[in-house]
Amino acid sequence: MSTTHRHPHVYHPEHHLPSTYYEKLTAAVMELLVEKGFFTAEDVRREIEAMDERCPERGARMVARAWIDPAFKARMLEDGSAAMRELGLDPGDMRLMVVENTPSIHNVIVCTLCSCYPRMLMGPPPAWYKSRPYRSRVVREPRKVLAEFGLQIPDEVTIRVHDSSADLRYLVLPMRPAGTDGWSEERLAALVTRDAMIGTAVPRV
Amino acid sequence: MSFRSPHDMGGLPAGPVDTSEHASTFWEQRVDAIRELTRKIELDGRPLIRVDELRRAIESLGAQSYDELSYYERWIHALSTLLVEKGVLTTAELGRKLAEIEAREEGT
Amino acid sequence: MSFSAGDRVRVREMYPPGHVRTPFYVRGKAGIVERVVGEFDNPEELAYGREGDKRILYRVRFAQRDVFPQTPSGSDTIDVEIYEHWLVPEGDGR
Repeated sequence: MSTTHRHPHVYHPEHHLPSTYYEKLTAAVMELLVEKGFFTAEDVRREIEAMDERCPERGARMVARAWIDPAFKARMLEDGSAAMRELGLDPGDMRLMVVENTPSIHNVIVCTLCSCYPRMLMGPPPAWYKSRPYRSRVVREPRKVLAEFGLQIPDEVTIRVHDSSADLRYLVLPMRPAGTDGWSEERLAALVTRDAMIGTAVPRV
Repeated sequence: MSFRSPHDMGGLPAGPVDTSEHASTFWEQRVDAIRELTRKIELDGRPLIRVDELRRAIESLGAQSYDELSYYERWIHALSTLLVEKGVLTTAELGRKLAEIEAREEGT
Repeated sequence: MSFSAGDRVRVREMYPPGHVRTPFYVRGKAGIVERVVGEFDNPEELAYGREGDKRILYRVRFAQRDVFPQTPSGSDTIDVEIYEHWLVPEGDGR
């Protein structure tokens, strides 16, 4: 895991402004559970570290591998969690379903009810994914919402919106951009953004 | 005749999406960590806190609180109320600990 | 009620309180079973700490124009995971 990566979700040091009620409540819950022996402060630290290891680069690795290896791609489309394990990634209890973009189909993922997202692969979702405007509008007017991300989908392409309402978590397999023949897996993976794997962007050279 | 919970917002009108990045803060990461740890801890052979219970607690907030609280504020609210509901913590313990933290912060 | 991929189904028009994972916007709408996902613990019960109520989960594909007739949508679809007890065969009563 590269230490030079600046993930958007890496924590910032505590600021010196007075903390809010909910920040204090978090500290209260944590300290009480530690005092009662449910876990230790070290457990919390380790959990945050494990969460930090989960990042979109891991999803990008899966996409790049699928672009290069058609047999892996087929297995990934069949069972995303098993494909994760093949790459040494632990899906935990997550059941990952990978949906493939084609010239006639563009996929986009949402959880209208809360914020279900393939965290075990990609880490936490972006703020907008959890927001009211995205959750309400992307099922109803996906083209307008995607346009707000700068993504225009032609009318002749079918948009499939996947609402993660239950036990599956979704990853979009974007199309490999033209002009990338002969590229290494690493170079291909660098093209694949988090948003491309949610469906609000496409990889560009 | 219907009932629509405030969290069930698919298809409702809303404003533009704010596509900017918001890095999560330390306390927010702690909320995620506590959520994950309480899910993994077992009490009587069952998870201490299930994500389904947390969701239910958040959905019970009511429209105003649901919109006024931030994402992580909703989760820590749900975690703390469920811990009290399950008898893991008492309201008095939480109250005293909150006061202690407040005093600590004020440098007393 | 058990379904297979390709079956036409309709989502029950029920509006109970409690923890429900069938979004409001598909209630009463008809779609096609895209796949059988598998058997899972009913989240409506897990939400109250009760396990063991196993239900079959389906992915149901809706034509967006059937769900949101007001927005022009061509062939766009919405896929939602829905538990068996929320579905009836299309053509049935509620």
